[in-house]
Amino acid sequence: MSSRPLANSELGWLAYDPAPESASLARLAPSYGLFINGTFTDPGAHEQVPTLNPATEATLATVAHAVDEDVDRAVRAARHAYDTVWSVTSGAERAKYLFRIARLIQERSRELAVVETLDNGKPIRESRDVDIPLAAAHFFYYAGWADKLDHAGYGANPRPLGVAGQIIPWNFPLLMAAWKLAPALAAGNTCVLKPAETTPLSALILAEILQQAELPPGVVNIVTGDGATGAALVEHPGVDKIAFTGSTEVGRAIQARLAGRGTHLTLELGGKGANIVFDDAPIDEMIEGIIDGIFFNQGHVCCAGSRLLVQETVADEVLRRLERRVEQLRVGDPLDKNTDVGAINSRAQLTRIEELVAAGESEGATRYSSSCALPEQGYWFAPTVFTDVSQTHRIAREEIFGPVLSVLTFRTPEEAVSKANNTTYGLACGVWSEKGSRTLWVAERLRAGVIWANTYNRFDPTSPFGGVRESGFGREGGRQGLAAYLDV
Amino acid sequence: MSTTTLPTTGAQVRLGPGAGVPTVETEGQLRSILASLSGVDAVGAEARAARLATRSIKRATKWAALDLAISMVDLTTLEGADTLGRVSSLCAKARRPDPRDPSIPSVAAVCLYPDLVAHARERLEGSTVKVAAVATAFPSGRASLAVKLADVRDALDAGADEIDMVIDRGAFLSGRLGQVFDEVVAVKSICGDAHLKVILETGELVTLDNVRRASWLAMLGGADFIKTSTGKVGVSATPTVALVMLEAARDFAESTGRLVGVKVAGGIRRSKDALRYLVIVNETAGSAWLTPDLFRFGASSLLNDLLAQRLMQRRGVYVRPDEFSGD
Repeated sequence: MSSRPLANSELGWLAYDPAPESASLARLAPSYGLFINGTFTDPGAHEQVPTLNPATEATLATVAHAVDEDVDRAVRAARHAYDTVWSVTSGAERAKYLFRIARLIQERSRELAVVETLDNGKPIRESRDVDIPLAAAHFFYYAGWADKLDHAGYGANPRPLGVAGQIIPWNFPLLMAAWKLAPALAAGNTCVLKPAETTPLSALILAEILQQAELPPGVVNIVTGDGATGAALVEHPGVDKIAFTGSTEVGRAIQARLAGRGTHLTLELGGKGANIVFDDAPIDEMIEGIIDGIFFNQGHVCCAGSRLLVQETVADEVLRRLERRVEQLRVGDPLDKNTDVGAINSRAQLTRIEELVAAGESEGATRYSSSCALPEQGYWFAPTVFTDVSQTHRIAREEIFGPVLSVLTFRTPEEAVSKANNTTYGLACGVWSEKGSRTLWVAERLRAGVIWANTYNRFDPTSPFGGVRESGFGREGGRQGLAAYLDV
Repeated sequence: MSTTTLPTTGAQVRLGPGAGVPTVETEGQLRSILASLSGVDAVGAEARAARLATRSIKRATKWAALDLAISMVDLTTLEGADTLGRVSSLCAKARRPDPRDPSIPSVAAVCLYPDLVAHARERLEGSTVKVAAVATAFPSGRASLAVKLADVRDALDAGADEIDMVIDRGAFLSGRLGQVFDEVVAVKSICGDAHLKVILETGELVTLDNVRRASWLAMLGGADFIKTSTGKVGVSATPTVALVMLEAARDFAESTGRLVGVKVAGGIRRSKDALRYLVIVNETAGSAWLTPDLFRFGASSLLNDLLAQRLMQRRGVYVRPDEFSGD
């Protein structure tokens, strides 16, 4: 598979015995209905669609496929809850529910982490240490804002928008639900959430948590389904706001559909993030940052650092160290606590990755893939690095959304900035240098919503996140995240 | 113990591929080598160490790791109140950590003040356990070079196999790098076959940039081991410091072909911590370092916890601390 011999040291690494988390912690039901008006509908009343474990291709459960009438019921439930309950509930009272939800997520964190890993394919280490704690942190953070909206910088008594339709992707299922629900609820909106087709389960556990928290019926409704369900939500005239995270293609279609309507919209779309490495970067931490930037969550990250721009003077050394580190990544059973890279989320996504990687090879880039063994069942792709990539290659321009890094070189800061900005996207970039003045010079010139310095893929509820250009508009997180759900 | 030579084929290094140990004839040369080292981003290094601490070591890996850790212990007593009797008991424990179970490996060494070396030497006759002596005005290093060398000779004459020297932190922090280097070279030159461990006292160097530079300085000066701490100041070994020192040892090996060991010392009491250090070794320098020749724990109470964990693995129930001799 590797077309270039590794220039690795021959130090060797000891393997660890399997240390799997127990799948039975998930306690999944065989089938799920929709969560509308505070209760689950009868699963038998809907067409049931299986959701798979991408690591084994086994069916985890079946979930309801919501059709237009279901979406309509959910939106009407949300409208009724907004008119009669949530819009007249004080901020302090709304905060109480958000704090409860946050604590319940913490209490059920182990179960949620296992569900997330089973349904998504991501390593348990990530769902346990990143997804679930951050989801709870978002509810905690926005709980704090709920009674302080007067002081959020939008004038006195800012008003909510009403009913928010929220469509989230499969890469961080629970975390994206938290990013959407927490600010919306804090600001006083009611919600209809549409989880991704391939990863509905953690949102359904969240629905149980909302019941446990005794959130008033209809304040949050969760409708599972595919793109048609999402489209029904977008088309529904009773929705005041659409918040979408997903591909640029779908985002563009949603924006077109909403043209001429008063529906508010925020979009968080794709990206082709550049990780810019200068020759004075702290080399060991930078290698870790590149690894985290592209192999975190199998590269299924919209802000992934999928382009590495490395200063020519250190390119050889950076690549040598990078390949050594890639060889070290433990790819396999997502439930194993020592797994670094898990399964690709779906057959469709795997096919897209394979197609783009083949394009990279045929366009003349040099491919190196980890020599790791891949399981036979399930959807897997070995961590891959392309060198000799030029700006014209598809792998340098299109979002791969997989564990594939494209390496380009530059000679001057101006060239680095120009290459980093030479993309239609603008979500995130990283700058690696020990020289603060240069980092700031570069950061000022990058056209991206998020710029990390000497780190990558760091998230915090206090920090706004979002893109420019084809990466979308609107911010999630921080004080700025409230603006997406207030009439300001 | 002998250092093995690493294949350097194809490796490109900051100090020149396969350049061998660069000659350092002037302080200027030393400074330029140390200045060429990459900086360390403390936030990133801490995050890396913290993530490695989440590795889950189970089953056969745990078994092997516990035995390996036992074989890497430098069983240490460095008290003013040390007695010959205490040293005798320490030596017995070093040879045979649990008299009931001969399958348990001996520890790597006992680590003592120089005046106790002769006694320990006698008690360890016929065993594989080395005698290590702290020397060079341990722990402060505040003495003239002549006194430090006399201290080392004294320990060597008494039969020490290994010398744990301290660097002059005052000189290092005030920028007199040549002086620190010269002292390492001078001590190494009289060590003969004895192995030299150079204690950086990272708790006093404070920054990770300093730790990386001091590691290289010691390795360039001829250290067989670089060691974190004396155990006599507030901050001893930490996983992050161990990470940075292991990175230095790895890079030095790739650059020069010479494998230098790393010893973490001070405050390591629990098996869990020891296993976390082994994970850092494995995933930083590589499994080549997973040998007592290249990695050590300077500790006293750690050994009993390793024994207790080992017994617990076998019995499946927790073990009372009193099952093992105190030291």
